[in-house]
Formats: sequence, structure tokens, C-alpha cells
Amino acid sequence: MLLLRQCMLPDYLYIIFFFLLGIAFVASAFVVSWALRPKAPNPAKNSPYECGEIIKGDSRIQFNVRYYLFALIFVIFDVEILFTMPWAIVFRQLGMVAYLEMAAFILVLAAGLFYAWKKGALQWQ
Amino acid sequence: MMTMVLKGLSALGFIAVSAMFLIWLERKVSAWIQNRLGPMMTGFQGTLQPIADTIKLLLKEDIVPKGVDFLSWWLAPFFVTVPVVMAFLVIPFSSKWIVLDLNVGVLYICSVTSLCVLGIFMAGWGSNNKYSLLGGMRSAAQIISYEVPLLLSVLLVVMQAGTLSMQGIIHAQAHGWFILKPQLALAFLIYFISATAEVNRVPFDIPEAESELVAGYHTEYSGMKFAMFFVAEYTNMFIISAIAATLFLGGWQGPWLPGVVWFLIKAYGLIFVLMWMRWTLPRVRMDQMMSFAWKVLTPIALLNLLVGGWFMLK
Repeated sequence: MLLLRQCMLPDYLYIIFFFLLGIAFVASAFVVSWALRPKAPNPAKNSPYECGEIIKGDSRIQFNVRYYLFALIFVIFDVEILFTMPWAIVFRQLGMVAYLEMAAFILVLAAGLFYAWKKGALQWQ
Repeated sequence: MMTMVLKGLSALGFIAVSAMFLIWLERKVSAWIQNRLGPMMTGFQGTLQPIADTIKLLLKEDIVPKGVDFLSWWLAPFFVTVPVVMAFLVIPFSSKWIVLDLNVGVLYICSVTSLCVLGIFMAGWGSNNKYSLLGGMRSAAQIISYEVPLLLSVLLVVMQAGTLSMQGIIHAQAHGWFILKPQLALAFLIYFISATAEVNRVPFDIPEAESELVAGYHTEYSGMKFAMFFVAEYTNMFIISAIAATLFLGGWQGPWLPGVVWFLIKAYGLIFVLMWMRWTLPRVRMDQMMSFAWKVLTPIALLNLLVGGWFMLK
């Protein structure tokens, strides 16, 4: 536990510091511009842009389900790549057995991709 | 503690200067390709143009359109810009100039930069504008689709180098850049195409196609909020080029010149290629773009992983 704390804590400190730094960067730009800019709102200016026409209906409409299908396939592949990362690091030391095991895993996934393809999930119409 | 603050502030300075330089370069490159002059009035060859632009954007009124989703509208600029700053933690400018050589560097930079899609989608949803929503939806679909071949090609580099640390990968290329190996050259090609789509550049700029969506997800943003989207877009270009230079082109390694010069030459060379593509190629259609990601790039990347891995063991 002590060892973990010694080697990992400074790293996380840096990550948190850069996170706060990014927030400070954006916030300071907003504050400076808030102090300098003119403020003159009017109803016509504040209506959403629709090429100058009067707005029709709500902009948050129902969307096509195909976006959702792609998101689902993405989640599967993203998790798969995360599983493969540790294997990739030690892959040269483990040799042929580990390669074949991972090849089986990837082929199963490829079969899944092929199934989605045949089912028409990858079709954008 | 002091060094951490200094390193952080110099990273911020680099982001600001690099974004300004890239905006000037984009305008100049587009002008040269189209046989125009580009900005000429402010300073020599218009070099002070980005500063004039920054002052103009600072002084612009901040227009909040009616019916915005307040939280996501305000948080979206943070969500696109903060990951960009965080990514600079592990970019190796030379053997000494790196803020922190994390032992999971590649995983860290890939995961942090993929957070930008959240900001883009929040901007699209929060704006209460039909163009913004369409642009945000398209952008989210595009970025997550091209994330898969991108990560699969990065995986091949990790297999070759046997480490996730950025400096470790550069040291593994001491006897020849990774791009010289056939399977990694293919991985570089897949990476570069996917990365172009990740940063919404032509030929994959359908989320902000001017002729149909005005400006896509940032149509309603003005003033400094718009500037943040712009800074994030151009710094993302630098980040993907820096990752490509590190993973495939040997990073800061090179003869005669100091390491940081080599690194910047490689990174900005790749950015120039991105700009060259933008002003040369036409835009692809949405269905072509999605089927290219899933039916061409992903199967090739999977196959490359299997065949390339086989030859690595031989």
C-alpha cells in the first residue's frame, strides 16, 4: 500500500493539476471577455439561428435509431480493445499460446461484426 | 510543486501560441493553394492576424439564444478544451521535455482526447438549434466510429514496443522508425485516416459542412465560447499529429538537429498534410463515411492485428 502510494500519487497529482489548469484556462478567458464585451440583447438577436426565418417547431426532435445502433457496436469494440491492451504489452514475452488465444477472441468479435453487417446494422440509409 | 506549475503554464502558453500559428497557417495555406494572397495587412505576411482575431473575439458580445439547455450550453466549451490541456501531460517534445512520462501514456492520451466528443454533443444538444443538433449527432456518430480503427492501429504499436509509455515507445524505435515495418506502415495509414475523421477535418467534415449545416455544433456560439471551440479544434490537430509522430515516426529522434526541433518538424509536417488534404479533397457523404469506417477500416485493422502479430512473433 505504501509502495503504491509512493509511486502513483505524484502521477495522479499531475493529472488533477492539469484538469484544474484546463478549467482555469477556459474560465479566465470567459471572465476577461465578460469584463470587456458589450451587453445589448434583444429578442430578435436571441432567437436561434434558422437562416433568418421565423422558427418552426422545437429543435429537439426524435432522432433515427441508427445512431443508437452504431453506439452499441462501438461500446462492444471499445471494451474489447481495453481487454486487448494488457495482452499487447506482454505479447512478445508470452509467445504463440497467448497469440492463439487472443486470435480466437478477435475472430469471435470479427464474427460478431460480420453478423451485424449481414443483419443490416451497419447500413446507413 | 513549483516545477509542476511552471510546466503547466508553459503547456498553456504552447497551446495558445500553437493555435494562433495554426490558424494563420491554415489561412495562408488555403490562400496559396487557391492562388490568393491571404491575410497581408497586419504585420509581415499577415503574421499578426491571429492576435487581431483574438482581440476581436474577446470584445464580441456573448449571445445566448432563447431556450438553450443552460448546463450543457455552458459546460460544452469546458468539455472540449479541458481534455486538450490534459493531453499535453504526456506529449514528449524531446528526451527531457515531457511534463510526466506516465507508464500508461498511450492509454491516457487516447482516453482523454476521446472525451471531446461529449463536449461536441453537449454543444449540439444544448444550443436549441436544428443545425447544431444535426451536427452534434453526426459528429458523435463519426467520432465513435473512427475511434475503433484508430485504437486497433495503436494496439499494433503497443505490441511492437511492449510498453504504453510515450518515451518507451520512442526508445523502442532507436534502430528504425516503426513506419518502416510493413504492418505498422498499414497501421499508420489507418491511424492517419481515422485521426482525420476524429478531428472533423475534410474529407470527413460532414458534422460542420458549411453548405448544409451552417457551422454544425457551434452555430450558436459566439465570442470567447466560439474561440474555445476553435482553440480546441486546432490543438486537437496538433495532438493527433504529435501522437502519430511519437508512435510511428520516431518521435524526437533524428540526426544533427536537437530533439525538440525534430519533433516539431514531424508534427507540423503532418499538420501541413492535413491542411493540404482539406483544401484539395471534396467532402464525402454521411453514409459513405460510416460504411468506410465499419466495412473497410475496421476489418482491415482487425486483419492487420492478426497477420501483423503473427509476423511479429516469427
